[in-house]
Amino acid sequence: MMNIVLAIAALMFAVAVVAAIYRIVRGPAHVDRIVAADVLTAAIVCLLGVWMIVTEDTTLMPVLLALALFAVVGSVSVARFMSQRNDD
Amino acid sequence: MDGLTQITEQVGDGLAVALVLVAGLMSLAAGIGLMRFPDTLTRLHAGAKPQVLGVIAICTAIVLRMPSFPILALASLVVLFQMLTQPIAAHMVGRATYRSESFDKSTLILDELAEEIDEAPARRKAGKPNLKPGKD
Repeated sequence: MMNIVLAIAALMFAVAVVAAIYRIVRGPAHVDRIVAADVLTAAIVCLLGVWMIVTEDTTLMPVLLALALFAVVGSVSVARFMSQRNDD
Repeated sequence: MDGLTQITEQVGDGLAVALVLVAGLMSLAAGIGLMRFPDTLTRLHAGAKPQVLGVIAICTAIVLRMPSFPILALASLVVLFQMLTQPIAAHMVGRATYRSESFDKSTLILDELAEEIDEAPARRKAGKPNLKPGKD
């Protein structure tokens, strides 16, 4: 029972990942790609969490911490670059 | 005693699975929003849902499934940093979106930033600060 529900949840995350990759590929603007990359990171964090819940193994917890800390760096720097480039 | 711990374990697992399902629904909504919404600002709105609520739900589920203090500490750190950093990212992306004008301006009801930007050069020439004193 529990595994079925977890599989359904994993399927939902997979849909989110596919949608994010579709948006990264299609664009149309660079900011769309940043948003999609953020969603991709969030979905990866959630999927790692589901994996930890399935296996009852907490080894991946520092990975979640690192992703939560540094996911912001990419989107902020690219967003900064985007708005600067359009000023000129 | 043994039966009681078994029952609490089962309740914790059930809650954990329910929370994972909540996070899955958040991610699904974000995915559909990313696919279907018309411009960047609406996609940003849809995409920000799993980044905070989904991660909170998953971290709570992890703590409920494997209750121990180190895991609780790490999970609350993950949630704390996610809640600290994701608003910054969303704000910067929204700012970049506004500046690169990759959104549908006709959908805006009120655009206070455009008024500020229009008046900024005159204010700068007059030696006043760039921003109007707060209206609120």
